[in-house]
Order: sequence, then structure tokens, then C-alpha cells
Amino acid sequence: MKHLLGIENLNRDQIMHILETAVSFEEINQRQIKKVPTLKGLSVINFFAEPSTRTRMSFEVAEKRLSADSYNIAVSGSAITKGETLSDTALNLQAMAPDCLIIRHAVSGTPHMLAQIMDCSIINAGDGFHEHPTQALLDAYTIQKKKGRLDGLKVALMGDIAHSRVARSNIHLLTKTGSHVTVAGPATMIPKDIKKLGVEVTYDPKEAVKDADIVMMLRIQEERESGLMYPDRREYAKFFCLDEKLLSYAKPDATVMHPGPANRGVEIDDNIMDGDRSVILEQVANGVAVRMAVLYLLLGGSNS
Amino acid sequence: MKLLIKNGTIVNPKAGKSFVGSILVENGKITKIAKGDLTADGAETVNAAGMIVTPGLIDLHVHFRDPGFEEKEDILTGLEAAAAGGFTAVCTMPNTSPACDNIGTIEYQTKKAAKQGNGVRLYPIAAASKGLKGETMAPIGELKEGGAIAISDDGKPITDSSLLQRVMQYASSFGLMYVSHSEDTYLSKGGQMNESYFSTLYGMQGIPAVGEALSVARECLMAQYLGLPVHICHVSTKMSLDLIAYFKAQGVKVTAETAPHYLSLTDEAVGSYDTNTKVNPPLRSEEDRQALIAAVKSGLIDAIATDHAPHHERDKNVEFNTAPSGMVGLETAVPLVYKLVHDKQITIERFVELFTAGYGIFGLEGGVLTEGGRADITLIDPEYQWTIDKNMFRSKSRNTPFHGFHVKGAVFRTIAGGKTVFTRAY
Ligand SMILES: [Zn+2]
Repeated sequence: MKHLLGIENLNRDQIMHILETAVSFEEINQRQIKKVPTLKGLSVINFFAEPSTRTRMSFEVAEKRLSADSYNIAVSGSAITKGETLSDTALNLQAMAPDCLIIRHAVSGTPHMLAQIMDCSIINAGDGFHEHPTQALLDAYTIQKKKGRLDGLKVALMGDIAHSRVARSNIHLLTKTGSHVTVAGPATMIPKDIKKLGVEVTYDPKEAVKDADIVMMLRIQEERESGLMYPDRREYAKFFCLDEKLLSYAKPDATVMHPGPANRGVEIDDNIMDGDRSVILEQVANGVAVRMAVLYLLLGGSNS
Repeated sequence: MKLLIKNGTIVNPKAGKSFVGSILVENGKITKIAKGDLTADGAETVNAAGMIVTPGLIDLHVHFRDPGFEEKEDILTGLEAAAAGGFTAVCTMPNTSPACDNIGTIEYQTKKAAKQGNGVRLYPIAAASKGLKGETMAPIGELKEGGAIAISDDGKPITDSSLLQRVMQYASSFGLMYVSHSEDTYLSKGGQMNESYFSTLYGMQGIPAVGEALSVARECLMAQYLGLPVHICHVSTKMSLDLIAYFKAQGVKVTAETAPHYLSLTDEAVGSYDTNTKVNPPLRSEEDRQALIAAVKSGLIDAIATDHAPHHERDKNVEFNTAPSGMVGLETAVPLVYKLVHDKQITIERFVELFTAGYGIFGLEGGVLTEGGRADITLIDPEYQWTIDKNMFRSKSRNTPFHGFHVKGAVFRTIAGGKTVFTRAY
């Protein structure tokens, strides 16, 4: 595997292999000295063409703990704002011979475009509303830890599915591993023919959450070019917010997840977010280990 | 100057059945059409054995970018590309810079084509509104005097229905028809590809089929209400076809075209994230494609137009959402549509009708081979197998999703006004 562009084109074995590899990296993250020389001498560029705190930091931490040399490009400081095309920027970066480029971009397919231009490994850190593979992997890792398995689980995925790359990557991953995914939200947020991805669809959050092992909430998006998908936040919260009452339909030991950043009180109530069934911060912690595993597997590491 | 075309199958559906015969061309006109052999002293002889000899083809929807965007295409290279595609006439859309909404621009285009062009006829479709802004009418009467054969705002469809009514009425007083790029721009806003399972899978903002249909319905209703003809551009969906069928049955004078890419590709192709698959209207579903093939077959679709939309590689070598819509089409249309003949979906006669119907739609001379008529003739080698190579295009632009496609059928020679404007080197 040279690139990680999405979950769609991975098979179950590849997914499980990444998750197994992450276990050993999680152990490193619990040491006092959290640094290993695995990727010493390799250069990784973090190119975030869209604002990101969590994912960008998580990659940077992962890179540094593996002793890779990491470089950050923020779009506001890059040539892109001076009118250079992305493909020219990519060729210039390529000239500096990096080993890996982590790309976050608002336009779907941009990592795929870069993978054709550049020789280095490309990791998709989120493209448009297409895929966010490392998020799905860290979510799976978190689920695996919590439930001990990734098959036979009932997963409720709720919110703006249409505009969510997290939703797509999670759907691909969880259906490949044999879990049962139900997506829910108002019809404006359910994209066309999503059932063909192997999920169930409901507009009733109670039905989605009923007997769920996992309740995964998605962030409500800001207004898009094509208009707002819901009347206002108040109305959305009234019908779709995950609160005690809604969560009571899930299994008693249900796990609550959110990829962040969350809108407290809109898609998820504070006491659920901060409650004992929430693993939102564990997701963040696991993100580092999973990204270390991905970097290690793509870049070969010193002992492979 | 004499030219004798021998042994070819003359497919001339307007005049009758196809037959193997000969055509003699003298001084830009066809002087003799005969079954079997002809002889003519001093004539250049073209052996068309195994070839199809048809009236010169017309493309009723091209973008030549001149004036304003000459690095994408200019009138001369556009006409060369047309010749290479088998076309002896083209209708150019008005979205140049300045737009073709004034007498100066339209005269520049027609004069450049006539004086410096290769002999392929250029017919401008002028702007319907000033600056293609959809606010006030363009000087349609004067544009007609300058050579406009129809009016359209093409890619910037008129949203104001009152303006649409006035444009259709006003243009009709000058004998011009309104040509509609049917798109509800509210529904297509931000859209990158057809709204479908594939837009869901690829994570792209969709452009729903209903947006085209809504606009088709409005244009046809207006045409019905006003008792005027209307032409619908690049139909891409089954929904639109169903509406067109309804209005045709009502006796509304609606004609429709589709483009080769809607007959050849579907929205699944966008998964390559190749910006050359980005086109407006977008590539649609397999169901739409099948419906279009059926409509091409039945006659519900009157004509094939390429919507030849050249863009510089630089413009297309960007993120998908940033890329402009459009693909070049002149040099790939014949082989792509000829596939339907090979697949026994349409007859060779129907193929010729589809590529010559534009003359009738816009009331232009051509579309039939007649003694005494203009010698616009296209020779097609139906069996020739080749690989589409964008680097061989006469067009200045290379934006095609068909690069590397293996095809069967090629334009062998194009004759415009008796002059050979293209010959394929085998
Ligand atoms: Zn158009």
C-alpha cells in the first residue's frame, strides 16, 4: 500500500492489519518517553488547505513520535493564496523529495489528483465530503477496544450524512467488517441512493438509536452554497439532538462517539458528551496511535 | 476544379434510399449524382469503396472562444477541428468575450470565418440578453442582420420567465428561434456532477436531473403558449425526454439535441476525478443514457450536437470544483456515435439524419446531396479502427475524457463547398 486515499478501496484484511499495528503504537503513547526512531530521516508534509485543529495536531504528534521530520503548510501562508495552482504547488513540494504528504482539502478527489502528480505517499486527511479514512480507522479502533469486535454491531450514524466525509469512510469500514449501520437525519441530509452502500435509512432518530451498540453523531454543517439543510439550530436540536431521552433507546452499554468539533446542545447534549458513555476524548487519543500505524505501514519504517 | 467520388455508399436520406454510386463536383457544386460509375476528364478521383458518402455534417452547438479566450480555441482552429470531425457547418454559441451580443462581435466572427477560414461554414447563435446577463434583451434584430441564425444565452440560462417570454416573442418577429440550455440554476448551484448514487459515493455536490426537466418544461410550455418553436440543447436526462415527447405529441414545435458524451459515458466516470469528465449538463445515469439512445433511435431526439467546449489544460489541471465545465467534441463525435450503428441500435441513414438535422432546425442550406447544390460532402470509413489521441486534435484544446478510447469508424475526408478541407492520413 503506497497511499491511503480512502476506505472504499481497502479490504477487510488491510483494515484489520492497520488496527492491529496501531495496538503496539498505543503502547508507545503510554510510555514516559513517547518517541521511537522508526521513521527517522523521513520527511512528512502536513498540507491542510482547510482549517483543522484536531486532525492536523494528531498527524503532527504521530509524525514526531515516530521521529519523522514534519513540515506544516497552512494555506494562508502558502503560494496558493498568491495564485499558484495546486498542481504547481504539488510539483514544487515534490521537488523537495518528501516521503509523505498529508492532505486536507475542501474539494473531493484532490488527494487522488495529488497522488497522480507526486511520487511520495499521499494520506487523505479529509477531502470534501468524500472520505476521511484515518478518522474511520480511529473510530474503528475505538469501537474495537470498547466492544472487542467490529462485526455484528448495530451502529447508528446521525446527522448531515450528505456532506460528511466521516460518514462515508465509516460506512465503508463498518460494512466491510460486518456491522449493521443505520443512518438517520432529516431527508435533506440523506444523500441519494445511500442504501446502495449497504446501510439502512431512517428519518426517525429513535428508530436509528434503538438497540444500538454505537451511536455516532456528526457535526452539523454551516450553511452551504446550496442552502441550509435544516430550518435553524433550535429546530434541529429539538428533533435530532442526542440527549438522555434519545440515548435511552440504545443498548444500556451503548458507546457514544463524535468526530468533533461538536456543537454542544445542537447535535449532542452536554451531559451526553461529558457522560460516561462518551468516548469522544478516547477517539482523539486513539487517533495518534492509528495515524502512527498508517505512517509506519505506508513509509515502511526502519525495521520492515 | 473537378472532384469525382466513386464507389462509395451514398447515404442521403432526404433524397431517398442509399446506393453505391458516384458524385461529381465541379466549381464548388455537385453536378452529377449517379448510381454506379461515372467518368470525368481531368477530375481528381477519390475511391470511396467501402466508405459512406453523406451530406456534410452540421454541429449545431460549439464554443469557439473567439474573441476573448483564443488560447482555448479560435475561429480558425475551431473550423479546422470541425473539418477533421466531418462537419461542414457549425453553429457557435455566444459566450465569447465580449459576448456575441453586438454587431461588432458577430461581424468579426462571420468575417473571420469567411475570409480566413477553411471553408467550413460558421453560423453564430447570438446572445438573447445583453452580456448574457439575463436582464435585458440583446439587439436581436441587428444581430440577425449580422448573421445570427438563432439566439441563446446557453450556459447562463434565463431565469426570469418574463424575459424569456419577451425574448421568444421579439426574436420571432425577426424569424429567429430561441435555443435553450435548460437548467434550473438554483438546483445546480455548487453541483459538480449528476446527483445519484455515484455523487453519494464520490462525495460530490449533485446536480439533480429534475433541474433540467423543470427548465425543459418551462421552455416548452412557453413555446406552446406563444405558438412558437423552441430548440432544447444537449438533453441529458430521461425526465427531459419524457417531457419533450409529451410536448411533441401536443404539436408544440420543439426540437432537441443530445451530445455524443451523454450517449457514451455515465456519471460513474467521474470517479476518476478527471476534470475532463466535468461537463454541463453533467454525465448522467445509465438509465438516462439508455433512454437517450432509445430517443436517438426513435427520432424523439432530432440532432446530435457536440457542445464542443475547449478549455486549456491549465484550466482543467485544478481541483475538481475549480475546473470549468466542458469537453471538446468535434473530432470524436462521428466515431462515438457511429458505435450505435455498429451495435445495430440505429441505421446508417438515421446516423446521417442526426448529424444533418441542424440544417432543417435552423433553416439553413444543406443536409442533402443534390445536383446543383453546394458540394458539402463527408466521407466516413465505417470500419477503420483507431485510438483517440488528444495530441492529434486540430483543436487548440485537449480536454477530452475519450483519450485512449478504441473506436471503429472515422471521418476519411471532408469537402466543404467543393474544397477538400480534411483528409485522414492512414
Ligand atoms: Zn449549454
